[in-house]
Amino acid sequence: MAETTAPEPTRRDFLYIATGGVAAVGAALAAWPFIDQMNPSSAVLALSSIEADISSIQLGQQVVFNWRGHPLFVRRRTPQEIAQSKAVPLSALLDPVARNANLPDSAQATDADRVINPEWIIVVGVCTHLGCTPTVSTPQVPQGEYGGWLCHCHGSQYDVAGRVRHGPAPQNLAVPPYKFLSPTKIKVG
Amino acid sequence: MSGPSTYVPKSGFGRWMDSRLPLMRFAHDTIITYPTPKNLNFWYAFGAILAFMLGIQILTGIVLAMHYVANAGLAFDSVEGIMRNINYGWLIRYMHANGATFFFIAVYIHMFRGLYYGSYKSPREVIWILGVILYLLMVATAFFGYVLPWGQMSFWGATVITNFFSALDQIVPHLGSAISTWLWGGFAVGDATLNRFFSLHYLLPFVIAGVVGLHIWALHVPGNNNPLGIDTKGPQDMLPFHPYYTVKDSFYVALFALVYLAFVFYAPNFFGNPDNYTPANPVVTPPDIVPEWYLLPYYAMLRSVPQKLIGVLVMAGSLLTLAFIPWLDTSKVRSTRFRPMMKQFFWFFVIDCAILGYCGSQSADAVLNLGSFALPLVWVARICTLYYFGFFWVVMPLLGIIEKPKPLPANISQPVLSAAE
Repeated sequence: MAETTAPEPTRRDFLYIATGGVAAVGAALAAWPFIDQMNPSSAVLALSSIEADISSIQLGQQVVFNWRGHPLFVRRRTPQEIAQSKAVPLSALLDPVARNANLPDSAQATDADRVINPEWIIVVGVCTHLGCTPTVSTPQVPQGEYGGWLCHCHGSQYDVAGRVRHGPAPQNLAVPPYKFLSPTKIKVG
Repeated sequence: MSGPSTYVPKSGFGRWMDSRLPLMRFAHDTIITYPTPKNLNFWYAFGAILAFMLGIQILTGIVLAMHYVANAGLAFDSVEGIMRNINYGWLIRYMHANGATFFFIAVYIHMFRGLYYGSYKSPREVIWILGVILYLLMVATAFFGYVLPWGQMSFWGATVITNFFSALDQIVPHLGSAISTWLWGGFAVGDATLNRFFSLHYLLPFVIAGVVGLHIWALHVPGNNNPLGIDTKGPQDMLPFHPYYTVKDSFYVALFALVYLAFVFYAPNFFGNPDNYTPANPVVTPPDIVPEWYLLPYYAMLRSVPQKLIGVLVMAGSLLTLAFIPWLDTSKVRSTRFRPMMKQFFWFFVIDCAILGYCGSQSADAVLNLGSFALPLVWVARICTLYYFGFFWVVMPLLGIIEKPKPLPANISQPVLSAAE
């Protein structure tokens, strides 16, 4: 049996590999600033919260605020809409996760876990498919079949709790971190 | 194929330079004496037309960058300033905007020509793959450029396309969103995004020019394919590139420029979307977002799938598939002229792409009314998407085995000579 014997590694081999290794790590470290410079700057991060006065919003009406460059939907739901949303079983949902930044990741997408005060549904108005702004549905001008929102770009539909009911969107509309400062004032972010 | 250099420097300076940097020798061998098959037809002029369009885009682009301001608050107005205030700004901007369209018209014809005559087959696989890379670079450059005027379509097109990456969330949670945020430099498409897109839009055309150099280098090693798809046998089959093809190409470049400039002067907004003359508004999405016409077939494929990740993968796959064509086509015969079955599948494929483009231009819930029968366009797009992939992954490998090609001519002169007899 022919046996191939590698020559014994020398001190010089070790130095080659060690030098090359240090150079590779150095190159990776030097590359990081050039990659990270593209991430949001501290100035952008500092603009991350807003306060909004919601006292003038009527029952059944939606007002759009601008939060972090995204539309923020603040919609005051009618009692019928709340009842209709509560009656939806979890099994009927495409995405059973609450996607509510105020709750643990494991929270389920029940109507109660999508809101803080059931009269107010507050979601980021960015379709979870490819980022368009969905159009609000009203009894006068219905959009889609679920009474919530319809995204015209690719046809996704959401119910009055902002939960996706018809694809291609994979997730419920995101509920941002927010709290009520008073019954008519919210702080988002 | 290029053979040994026949360049002879004529002056003392020429000889001095030739032994130091043989630039003239390189130009002479590449543009003047390069042996070219004598039967190349009109469809082979599109390489020169593409080089011409790249030149136009770089020239007009450099001028536009002198007047454009890459800032979310100023970009839209600076473009309007170019249109209204800068001397001949309207002409240069319309040449650039329509230039993109005609660049893509030329590249699609160039690609279909390569597909028809089997120009991707051995020994020209690398030319084809470099071509696919060039096409992808063109798509990226055009996308970045379309964002710069900062109109509604600019903004929402950028939003939709950068969100493609968020589909990766379905494989590794948060990875996709992190990539999208990184691309934006914020929580949404904004000023930081516009600035980096401008930087990349200025960079990529020079990358394209570099890859074009490789594309031509790779072409000049085996030499041109030809409409018969058979190997050339020797000097009797060839003509020097100059003056034969420099003149022929120039004629078709002029003809192409005539059509292009007719649009620049008489219908400059024909290919544009009126929504892009509305300044970008981050809280209102236009009712129908459509990409530029040259990306509509891919957009139709994306929308035909009701699942986000799979939709994005189908679209990426449709582009990636192009790189595998040299190995998917199992036929030994290059030119479709001698492949009766391939000829039909090929023209079906061309029609298929056109229908996909039409589907992409219509709204997501559009319906085709055929008398009493209503056909949702999304189903048309699904069938066409299936054929798109079927053509490359099923038809191409199978036809090479089951098809009986017509007899090939002995050399490239024979078809002409026998027709004359």
